[in-house]
Amino acid sequence: MLNNASHSSPATTNQRRHLQDRAFKLLVKAAALLSVLVLAGIFFLLIWNGFYMFKEVSIWEFFFSSEWNPGALKNPQYGIGGMVVGTMLVTIAAMVLAFPLGIALAAYLSEVASPLMRGFVRPLIELLAGIPSVVVGFIGIVVVGPFLAQTFNLPNGFTALNGAILLAIMALPSIVTVAEDAIRAVPRSYREASYALGSNKWTTLIRVTLPAAGSGIIAAGVLGVGRAVGETMTVLMATGNALEVPDSLFDSVRTMTATMAIEMGEVPFGTTHYYSLFAIGATLFIMSLLFNLTAEYLAAKFRRLS
Amino acid sequence: MTDKLVVRNLNIAFGEKQVLKNVSITFPDQKIVALIGPSGCGKSTLLRSLNRMHDLTPQAMVTGEVLLDGHAILGAKVDVVDVRRKVGMVFQKPNLFPKSIFENVAYGLKVNKMGDKNLIRARVEEAIKSCYLWDEVGDRLDKPALELSGGQQQRLCIARAIAIAPEVILMDEPCAALDPISTLKIEELMLGLREKFAVVIVTHNMQQALRVADSTAFMYLGELIEYGPTTEIFNHPQHELTQRYIQGAFG
Repeated sequence: MLNNASHSSPATTNQRRHLQDRAFKLLVKAAALLSVLVLAGIFFLLIWNGFYMFKEVSIWEFFFSSEWNPGALKNPQYGIGGMVVGTMLVTIAAMVLAFPLGIALAAYLSEVASPLMRGFVRPLIELLAGIPSVVVGFIGIVVVGPFLAQTFNLPNGFTALNGAILLAIMALPSIVTVAEDAIRAVPRSYREASYALGSNKWTTLIRVTLPAAGSGIIAAGVLGVGRAVGETMTVLMATGNALEVPDSLFDSVRTMTATMAIEMGEVPFGTTHYYSLFAIGATLFIMSLLFNLTAEYLAAKFRRLS
Repeated sequence: MTDKLVVRNLNIAFGEKQVLKNVSITFPDQKIVALIGPSGCGKSTLLRSLNRMHDLTPQAMVTGEVLLDGHAILGAKVDVVDVRRKVGMVFQKPNLFPKSIFENVAYGLKVNKMGDKNLIRARVEEAIKSCYLWDEVGDRLDKPALELSGGQQQRLCIARAIAIAPEVILMDEPCAALDPISTLKIEELMLGLREKFAVVIVTHNMQQALRVADSTAFMYLGELIEYGPTTEIFNHPQHELTQRYIQGAFG
């Protein structure tokens, strides 16, 4: 009988289940191992190649000189100070723009917007993250840059500010979504307690809800920083790539990422110049690793609290 | 004996669901009134309407009147913040802010701008003392409030509520999350509160109603079934439903 057949050998069924279980575990373990290996591979490639450069260049010159002229036949120079300053300037300016706006948007979505409005706005913001960076860079060239040049009476719009505005737009989605989740996770009872003590919506938001969501909000900011530091195409297209230490947001800057992207294609293999680009990559990698670890740590701390 | 709160023909519905049906009841000053009844009978909804907490539920439909000292507190024109300042609330679970002990009690004073730094400090101290908590926390006011025990947290919630000198204290099952010893401390505290405030308490604990309440109201399926002096309600219930409920026949 059919019914009997399927129940006839419980031992085999058990064995098959056991096998499935093991195969599945093995598969998942392999996937995890693979991603760890790829990550470790990238890391060691960067460190290893970057390390070669320090045979020729002192650590001091690399980090603290702003003279970058690695292609010169006589007396090449390998200082990335200018790029680091440029990268930090663009990133910080982007955050000054994106962080308050992102938190305000997150607060609006979680505390003020009707469910209908939220269902409309949040996907829209998430869609922003899907715009290819080259398209954002393009907008910087044809829209934001010319606008800045006209408004501030500059010879051209390829400035740190241009890059910062574009990066702000690109960092906004991650800031808003992470911050909104953090604000929503604040227990309703905190808000009720605040209202019951005679405070209004605004006071409750500023003095209770946002502080309670604090570490999640900081994590959102740090994630945004990580996104801005690592972005390449947009800043490459929008900031003019001048190799100088910028005096202000209206100066052209060249970021670390842009330098790598511009020079990697033409550099002769195995030269100090070649290795120095890897050293920049390693520096960036460590920077964004630190940012992400901080964000992860803060987010974990927040989860424990709530 | 003056009537502090008067509820007239109050109906509340959340969407399709009618939660309060034509409830009329008065709460006297300086007395404790207990609202009892099975889960879902509307006693919490009635309590929360007394300081407009139902505003936080967007689909709430309200008709009828609630008067505080003769002034209507429902309706869009009424200043909700003012109502809630006068009608304080203690919730089922202690819901202190993740701030220091001091900041928790000072919060209501600060947002309502009730005095300068020294006055606030004095009022915080007074509120904590009248909740018999000073001996336990007086020397560590700057410590996180969430490190206190559950019973201490709930007493601090009461201190926080009375710090802004309200006129009515609402308590929504304030001992539901507490052990018997902490419960007794809270009840002792309630009896003290009665000297200054009108107190309305929702409770599932029949013994608690007997121990603390001057009057008791029994509610069932959104209606007020019976309301009278606690001893009368428990010893000579007029209504069969009341009798069965207090005998534990359903709940």
